[in-house]
Amino acid sequence: MDMVTPAEPGNGPADAADLYFDPAIMARAREQLRIENGEVITHALIFDQLETTFSDNAEGYAWDAQGWYGGDIHRFWWKSEGEGAFDEDIEHAELQLLYSRALTPYFDVQAGVRQTYRPEGDRTDLVLGMQGLAPYWFEADGALFLSNEGELTARAEAEYDLRLTQRLILQPRAELSLSAQDIPEFAIGAGLSNVEAGVRLRYEISRRFAPYVGVEWSGGVGETRDLIKANGEDPDSTRFVVGIRAWF
Amino acid sequence: MLKLTGGAGLASLTSLLPAWAQNGSAGIAPTLPTLSGPDISLSVGHSPFSVGGRTGHAVTVNGTLPAPLLRLREGQNVRLAVTNTLDEDTSIHWHGILLPFQMDGVPGVSFPGIRPRETFVYEFPIRQAGTFWYHSHSGLQEAMGHYGPIIIDPANADPVSYDREHVLILSDWSFLHPHEILRRLKVSPGYFNQQRTTVAGLLSGEDRMSADDRRMWAQMRMDPRDVLDVSGSTYSYLVNGHGSAENWTGLFRPGERVRLRIINASAMTIFNFRIPGLPMTVVQADGENVRPVETDELQISIAETYDVIVQPNDDRAYTIVAEAMDRSGMARATLAPRLGMTAEVPPLREIPNLTMRDMGMDMGSMAGMSGMDHGAMGHGDMNMRDPSLAPPNMAVGVGVQSIAPMPENRLAERPTGLENVTHRVLVYTDLIALSPNRDTRAPSRTMQIHLTGNMERFMWGFDGRRFSELVEPIRFARNERVRVTLVNDTMMSHPIHLHGHFFELVNGHPGHQPLKHTVNVAPGGRVSFDLTADNPGDWAFHCHMLMHMHAGMFNVVTVRPLDEAAS
Repeated sequence: MDMVTPAEPGNGPADAADLYFDPAIMARAREQLRIENGEVITHALIFDQLETTFSDNAEGYAWDAQGWYGGDIHRFWWKSEGEGAFDEDIEHAELQLLYSRALTPYFDVQAGVRQTYRPEGDRTDLVLGMQGLAPYWFEADGALFLSNEGELTARAEAEYDLRLTQRLILQPRAELSLSAQDIPEFAIGAGLSNVEAGVRLRYEISRRFAPYVGVEWSGGVGETRDLIKANGEDPDSTRFVVGIRAWF
Repeated sequence: MLKLTGGAGLASLTSLLPAWAQNGSAGIAPTLPTLSGPDISLSVGHSPFSVGGRTGHAVTVNGTLPAPLLRLREGQNVRLAVTNTLDEDTSIHWHGILLPFQMDGVPGVSFPGIRPRETFVYEFPIRQAGTFWYHSHSGLQEAMGHYGPIIIDPANADPVSYDREHVLILSDWSFLHPHEILRRLKVSPGYFNQQRTTVAGLLSGEDRMSADDRRMWAQMRMDPRDVLDVSGSTYSYLVNGHGSAENWTGLFRPGERVRLRIINASAMTIFNFRIPGLPMTVVQADGENVRPVETDELQISIAETYDVIVQPNDDRAYTIVAEAMDRSGMARATLAPRLGMTAEVPPLREIPNLTMRDMGMDMGSMAGMSGMDHGAMGHGDMNMRDPSLAPPNMAVGVGVQSIAPMPENRLAERPTGLENVTHRVLVYTDLIALSPNRDTRAPSRTMQIHLTGNMERFMWGFDGRRFSELVEPIRFARNERVRVTLVNDTMMSHPIHLHGHFFELVNGHPGHQPLKHTVNVAPGGRVSFDLTADNPGDWAFHCHMLMHMHAGMFNVVTVRPLDEAAS
């Protein structure tokens, strides 16, 4: 709107309806109008992955979920992921509680805390991350974690929905883990520590409910790979997954 | 059972429809129970509504969907007592009616709204004639059935002659609550679109889009199939409250001149309207007479009205086709000499692919061409969001996904999806006011308003701001004449509505610029209108895509000074 030559507001009141109706009641109605034209509060609960995993030596489970509550700009955001084998203690589980703020048309900056549970030891981290949509429709999510033990780690993941048909969707996905230092407790070495790559084929019975099958490969890299081997374990694992993607 | 209960049974079956909207309607006759006269009572409440074998919850006026036809006469005074039987506030806005602002029915702008169990009496003189409509301006009730037609007969002879008339009120109905529709759009903007480009469509060629084009759109994070946000995947499209299968039928006698008063009361659907085999002569747009112009198809955006004359000479049925702009469904009805006759229903046409022109990024040489190789452009130096192209008062933030670098005047262009049809299509430049424009002054100033949005976040606004961000109102001095240019920075169509005024569309017919209350601004396009701000008070100004309005594409227009008597 060109404000170079503002019109004379004249001798009337700022709000014309106040002349005809109780100004206090009109003030309430105006606030309601303001809220109803832009201040949309939404919530979501998204299970990106809720799956059973099959590998050579074990059957297990894994989940990756997130959700939010809030407006367009400011949101409370949470994320959780974890995995384990059916017969054993949970291998890894984490919950992030974040404040999320829209920063650019496509990306949010997120900050908060993460609580991680592992049989080898728990951690509480400060989190600083970015999440959003990159060019070519890549969903991207990356964060830095600073633990209560002073360890600095990072994680970045990206996924892409390749629509084969309106309902059949192939989703490749990759995740990189990095560490600023060795963390022998978790068999993590400094540098790029772990790479995950997977692909899932889902069928959207509805946009909000889609069963899928897929395969996921995970491998220790660099120093981490050596540390895992030194523990007598296989640094690579491949598993087939069957699961549900759903949101509410 | 029906026979036993006789009229009562029939009445219960049809009670949700006023007579003019009932199937097999002979048209609007004085004997039909429409509401008219100086005193009219309306009651807003809950009603069940059924379509396609399913029943849902509607918000209705006097228990009917659509609401009763109000038939008024130019020069009369009308008192409308509106009682709210809901548990939430309601309101009625008289769309296109020129009235004192405090009677305009927008809570928070013109009045406080109507609380539960309260009655508000609207009273105003009728100063105009034509086809208009009314609807709630509260809580998305309009998307749940709270809308109805208004016909105002002229005080003097009608320049349009006709033997019979039918109201065709087009709308979209979903069994999802409109707030849930909006939430799903916020979570997943493509949620309702089941016609996106796919690998299968690429391989078969059915998508009509090259891999290079796809790459360009993907690079920009724009969906060339995002033609309408909410589609036939959830909507049933209605004519006079009837789904396509119910086939609302309006009767005619061969040879009659039949006036169709078409109103788009949809929440989110722009329709392409045609009656195969029957040319239509457009005689009125938004309730204002225009020079008769014959066409075969017209696009009616949300909140617009068109009156057309058709003259079916043959003893046969004709199908009325109101196809959603994204071709995800249609509202179908029939014109026939006798009830039960039907005509062929044409299949849905293929969904249009948006082009660079719809992003306001057309380089001129590419005008009207689709399917060509735009790949080089998308990767080139064309910036789809260059803040230096925004006016200084525009907020280029999270809510602005793109800024049209070269927004075009698209008034002479065929609307989205009708570019290549082989018959005649109405364009905005075809509209010429029947009477000369009253105010012949040149505009004393110009104003530019950008229509902005972010489709990924489903945020919408004017000049980069949602109304909720406490925006400054748009101020006019009383009786000043301003040329307002709307620039559409988004890839969606926006039907922009100004309350309390008619503006003159600057469409190349000086002196006879058509008067409108709502104008559709094409994607990547710009529209100018001349406004004489002669109605003092506060007025709503908004996109009539209900979800866009609710997401922030709304503002208040003030016209000052007010009348002496008011203060």
